[in-house]
Amino acid sequence: MEWETVIGLEIHAQLNTASKIFSGAATAYGAEPNRQACAVDLGLPGVLPVLNAAVVRKAVMLGLAIDAEIAPRSVFARKNYFYPDLPKGYQISQYELPIVARGHLEIDLEDGGRKRIGITRAHLEEDAGKSVHEGFGAMTGIDLNRAGTPLVEIVSEPDLRSAKEAVAYMKKLHALVRYLGICDGNMQEGSFRCDANVSVRPKGQQAFGTRAEIKNLNSFRFVERAINFEVERQIDLLESGGTVVQETRLYDPDRDETRSMRSKEEANDYRYFPDPDLLPVTIHAQDIESVRGEMPELPDAKRERFIRDYALSVYDAGTLTATRELADYYEAVVAGCDAPKLAANWLMGDFTAALNRSELEVGQSPVAPQALAQLLTRIQDETISGKIAKEVFDAMWAGEGDADRIIAARGLKQITDTGAIDRIIDEVIAANPSQLEQYRSGKDKLFGFFVGQVMKKTQGKANPAQVNERLRARLQGD
Amino acid sequence: MTLDTLSDWARRLQAREISSRELAELYLGRIERLDAGINSFVTVTPELALAAADAADRRLAKGEQAPLLGLPVAQKDIFCTQGVRTSCGSKMLDAFVAPYDATVVERMNAAGAVMLGKTNMDEFAMGSSNETSYYGPVRNPWDPERVPGGSSGGSAAAVAARLVPAATGTDTGGSIRQPAAFCGVTGIKPTYGRVSRYGMIAFASSLDQGGPMAASAEDCARMLNAMAGFDPRDSTSVERPVEDFTAGLARDLKDLRIGLPREFFGEGLDADMRRVVQDALAVLRERGAKLVEVSLPNSGLSVPAYYVVAPAECSSNLARYDGVRYGHRCADPRDLMDLYMRSRAEGFGAEVKRRIMIGTYVLSAGYYDAYYLKAQKVRRLIADDFRRAFEQVDVIAGPTSPELPFRLGEKSADPIRMYLSDIYTIAVNLAGLPGLSMPAGTIGNLPVGLQLIGNYFDEARLLNVAHQFQQETGWHQRMPAAFA
Repeated sequence: MEWETVIGLEIHAQLNTASKIFSGAATAYGAEPNRQACAVDLGLPGVLPVLNAAVVRKAVMLGLAIDAEIAPRSVFARKNYFYPDLPKGYQISQYELPIVARGHLEIDLEDGGRKRIGITRAHLEEDAGKSVHEGFGAMTGIDLNRAGTPLVEIVSEPDLRSAKEAVAYMKKLHALVRYLGICDGNMQEGSFRCDANVSVRPKGQQAFGTRAEIKNLNSFRFVERAINFEVERQIDLLESGGTVVQETRLYDPDRDETRSMRSKEEANDYRYFPDPDLLPVTIHAQDIESVRGEMPELPDAKRERFIRDYALSVYDAGTLTATRELADYYEAVVAGCDAPKLAANWLMGDFTAALNRSELEVGQSPVAPQALAQLLTRIQDETISGKIAKEVFDAMWAGEGDADRIIAARGLKQITDTGAIDRIIDEVIAANPSQLEQYRSGKDKLFGFFVGQVMKKTQGKANPAQVNERLRARLQGD
Repeated sequence: MTLDTLSDWARRLQAREISSRELAELYLGRIERLDAGINSFVTVTPELALAAADAADRRLAKGEQAPLLGLPVAQKDIFCTQGVRTSCGSKMLDAFVAPYDATVVERMNAAGAVMLGKTNMDEFAMGSSNETSYYGPVRNPWDPERVPGGSSGGSAAAVAARLVPAATGTDTGGSIRQPAAFCGVTGIKPTYGRVSRYGMIAFASSLDQGGPMAASAEDCARMLNAMAGFDPRDSTSVERPVEDFTAGLARDLKDLRIGLPREFFGEGLDADMRRVVQDALAVLRERGAKLVEVSLPNSGLSVPAYYVVAPAECSSNLARYDGVRYGHRCADPRDLMDLYMRSRAEGFGAEVKRRIMIGTYVLSAGYYDAYYLKAQKVRRLIADDFRRAFEQVDVIAGPTSPELPFRLGEKSADPIRMYLSDIYTIAVNLAGLPGLSMPAGTIGNLPVGLQLIGNYFDEARLLNVAHQFQQETGWHQRMPAAFA
């Protein structure tokens, strides 16, 4: 039988506010345990939550970016369950009335097409603390630094049909929240993580199969592998006459498998009800307009603009706009050298390679965009060749100064004096009479040999176009 | 030695006829001598009190003025007090020392109040008789065999016995007004949102409201001046200017329209109670007020609605007492579930457990709509009743409680009868309105309370009417003989 995979993702993105969603405690990652938890985060008797306005603003930005409805009135509710790292015995979340609903995102498919993925809702909630099982013997340590960190949970429709689509959607959303500047996207620190609802059904069947929820996937690779494993598992189960049970599963990356965590019967009754400590969040049309006015250009729009304004290919534009940092860097380079295609090639080639080698982010590049623009200008004005430029770039990366300085210091200025080039060509021809003979008798391939000899003699500094032109003329005996 | 009101003491402190330290010593001495009989204090803090009194004396010497400067008060043990145990009447918090002050405590301290200690209360404010306290029942100073009401029974009894001139209370379904009525003192539950709930341990968040209890309406006004006001730490606190509640006390009652809900004077009301209440209303009429019959047709639904909403919220609010971070933890837990179950089984009393169970039940999947959602709709109906009534009248009046202080143990076995003790007060909390109770007469030796209900933010009017009544009558000045 042919099976169809159905996937919906719940993505938790941590909003990058300075303080927590309901308290004034800091949200910075990596502090000493329990040093960033105030009385409110600890759930002491008598404390009350106060909503951080910056959180609402960031949620509205997200809502606008996915073309969703922003609720004029949304309500915080309590999700009640006992857990040691949940200090109040309930999590403040949104339930019946989320702040954002009915949006969508377009993903690029491998075949070059696009697909619209529906987003059911996005709601605000507080994160829980962490249970630390190592280092306390038979005991469990509780670190409440993370308790109260603002999260937006983005719930997709079950529109995804493969692990690849799921990853494409997740990457798209990842880029989007970083573009918006509402989430740092750091997946290792858990700032962007995902639960995947996975089911299969016979191809052509309308009704959904029973789903399993895979919890806490914190890398693109794990999402893909966990879904693929889970799909296989469910198909094997069904084809051998079994049934899928609705349950929560955990992905174990070491063994590359998912394992049952708890079944539906063991699931909590969360006893949601509106939190009486918080007023409904009201958002007026003018609030939305004010946020709209501050929205950055979004990835899709930027890509279209790059294609239009810089005459880039879809692929190049997509690569350069994958992150806001790279796109900004690119535009800064182009502003300084007016060579959009050349700049694109450089950024996707040598620049990205250098970043990867040094394990740096775009923002940490030792070569500023203005400096790179100067280098590309020297290629444009034929001061140096593209090949020499690579050497100059490496020197710039190593901190030896700007392009002009390195070109001067190393004597790399291109030879464009035709007299000088002709002299060198004559020397090379004179030194290789047999090759000349063969070339003239029809062995065209030897043209490359002569170019190489000329470039070698000039240490690569001869203008390649000129060398080609003049060498060809001389070899033909003109 | 006469035991004056806050307002008299304030005048004498300003005139330097007495120092704050002498005043604190006077009342601390009374607590030491007399509290054993009524158990109104859970914690007495003499050293802190004297230090605060000395600080107040220095401010007085500099000629400073503040609403409570140098005046002794007590805090209900539901308000967090930095460095002082805050038990909420529960074994669960028997060893809990709050690391911060509740906003109310902070404001009163800033206003110069001298806290003598923390008063006894029903466990987590759940009770109408003060019998659910982990620290034993409070006794009514008018008859130690009778209850003082609850949950602010310790504050009511302490003020009635003049162990302190004024104290704070909290009122979720009548917890200021019913004990005020039972003990013959004046207490006001302000409009929901008037007084910050920050640091006031939550029972039912949408109903809880702190307020003052004192010997007179004038003293309550003085206390409320210090307690009320917007607090950015409480999202439900209302951002609106607070007037001087003492400013309008002298206003006459001409043209005042008092509404008498026919539902409050129906069959459930004892004949003697009815007579006392009507005599009190006659006093107000003689001072110029017009008495108008009004109707609150849905008031019969208030007790059932309350006993859905309040337990629902409490079941969630009390989830934090899990033995993990603070509060009672059972000995040698075997595992996490054992830690939760035994810590909570040992730490909470029977009434608290009953309400947690009711609340958990009404919020469960499949029952939410039938109970919680329905109760919220009833709340709106009740609020609408009041809104319509306040189109015709300025103030609503009636008995505070359908009955006199009952005997200890009399209702302990019958929670429903106990819950019905709050039948006249609960609707006010469900609607979020201000309500006041003041002594209006006696039956035998036992005090009877008159309840005044105002429109939103009309506390000043309630205090004004009560003050005018107290100008005419001496019920609020009566003191139980054993404490004179």
